[in-house]
Amino acid sequence: MVLHEIRHALRLIRRNPLTLTGLSIVLLLILVAILAPWLAPYPTDVNTSHIASKFQPPSTIHLCGTDELGRDIFSRLLFGCRISLTVGLFTIGLSLLIGLPLGVIAGYSGGWIDEVIMRISDMVLSFPSLLLAMAITAMLGPNLQNAMIAIAVSWWPWYTRLLRSEAISVREKDYIAAARAIGASWGRVIFKHVLRNSLTPIIIQVSVDFGAIIMTSAALSFLGLGAQPPRPEWGLMINTGRDFFLNSWWLVTFPGLAIFITVLSFNLVGDGAREILDPRLSRRGR
Amino acid sequence: MVAYLTRRIALAFLVMVGVSIIVFLLARVIPSDPVGRWVGIRAKAEQRERARIELGLDKPLYIQYLSYMNGFVHGNWGTSLYTHQPVLRDIATYLPASLDLIIFGMATALILGIPLGILSAVKNGTIIDHASRVFSLAGIALPTFWLAMVFQLVFFRQLHILPLSGRVSMLTAILNPINHITGSNLLDSLVTGNFAALGSALSHIILPGITLAAAPLGLMARMSRATMLEVLGEDYIRTARAYGISEIRVLIVYALRNAIAPVLTVGALLFAESLVSTFLVESVFTWPGLGFYASNAILTVDYPAIMGVTILISFTYIFLNLIVDITQAFLDPRIRIS
Repeated sequence: MVLHEIRHALRLIRRNPLTLTGLSIVLLLILVAILAPWLAPYPTDVNTSHIASKFQPPSTIHLCGTDELGRDIFSRLLFGCRISLTVGLFTIGLSLLIGLPLGVIAGYSGGWIDEVIMRISDMVLSFPSLLLAMAITAMLGPNLQNAMIAIAVSWWPWYTRLLRSEAISVREKDYIAAARAIGASWGRVIFKHVLRNSLTPIIIQVSVDFGAIIMTSAALSFLGLGAQPPRPEWGLMINTGRDFFLNSWWLVTFPGLAIFITVLSFNLVGDGAREILDPRLSRRGR
Repeated sequence: MVAYLTRRIALAFLVMVGVSIIVFLLARVIPSDPVGRWVGIRAKAEQRERARIELGLDKPLYIQYLSYMNGFVHGNWGTSLYTHQPVLRDIATYLPASLDLIIFGMATALILGIPLGILSAVKNGTIIDHASRVFSLAGIALPTFWLAMVFQLVFFRQLHILPLSGRVSMLTAILNPINHITGSNLLDSLVTGNFAALGSALSHIILPGITLAAAPLGLMARMSRATMLEVLGEDYIRTARAYGISEIRVLIVYALRNAIAPVLTVGALLFAESLVSTFLVESVFTWPGLGFYASNAILTVDYPAIMGVTILISFTYIFLNLIVDITQAFLDPRIRIS
């Protein structure tokens, strides 16, 4: 049954060239992130500077040129891939960790607990997420770890809302009543039935959010509120390149392209996931 | 309808109170030294103590919150620790420049995004559809701050056809200064017939405006494609076509009218979102707007200014959400019953 579903999904992916492209690039990026130390032509250039060879334009020696400290930009981009994917993964994980339990509790218990949790999440969602994340990083102190916490704090309500509505719809089902009747504990009902049934919408939401989170963290680093030098974070590389880019275009162009390609391919995968996993949409598409 | 309105407005009010509390607490735990900033680092202990009382920092938190909100409602948003000006006056100085930018950007996004989405829907599945979908996806995935710099590289550095940054050129500011009425350069120079300044202002707003428009444009194109596709599948469109009504008329009169509402809803929310995008765009183009003021405030930990801007933007956001919900309830009775 599962095998059949996977085969069906693969067929749908194959039929959709945009999703296929996105998925291939995402896989490639994961590979790059893992193998960065071996792929980078100058793996030590992440932290060490070579002032003598600063501002070298792209060439066969330095594929993307060198920056204001003479560091190989291509090598730094490969290591930056590691940072961006890790940031995405951790931030989503943290948001799920806060958002999912609250959503289950709100949807399952109802009443004033539900009301309180949902009003708090309304309040958090009344801030544009970048604004709240900026305010929180300003408070915690600017570094990458705090940027991740800040983004997660502004992101969790999406998952709470999603899981709450799933929990409410599942709560009324006969099979839950049956499970309760044969003596299944609340914990078992929640984990075995509610979470499992909500898996598909969560996967869709996560794949759609991944790109947006990478973008937000790059924006924070660009504003000086995220990663700090000498980390090879893409947003930070653009920020430090600002003073020199009019004469050395490669300083900002390549890190920006890296962000663009990463976010675009995750968005393509997110779109594809929605079309493939949401049966209502895929039926309409045919 | 009255019951729905009351409930919705009460809820919005509650959220506003909650948001102001969150912002207040955030600002109070920022590890900064407001007293030191106010009197300077070399101040004596008694001067610091006097400043503490002057800034109201000696009172309990809830009293500080209540007196802040009391001032907020009466137009006293505190004094910026950096400019030493009332925050509300600072905001009034910087906001018009941002509004110029946002209105230009959102208009561009609407005018280009909706037709692009419609074209994509009408040519569903063709190469045109794929191209416009990739284009709108790209608009969403482009880092705003990077796009801004790429535009500067291409149009200023390479082609020399558009200015690098600022709102008007130095020469215009000296020879044809704009007589300010509203604070909007475009509007004021147009009203006073100062066409030299209008030209300069227009050439300066193109790059930041289009940068700001990129993401909303992509989203609007995607939204209008999706809603158009849905509407075009309806029976009444088939009927209209069967009656021999011209395709253009079917699209614009019958389909678009029903497809546009959700797109405009998204538009209202994107307007509020773009208040935050200005943080990035204005920083690159040294555009003296609200975002420029706010990112400075954040970097210098100027908490009265951070609070003022954050509350202003989130209240705008809540207010636009409220308007959107009420409009939808007005148009669709199902919403107000549930």
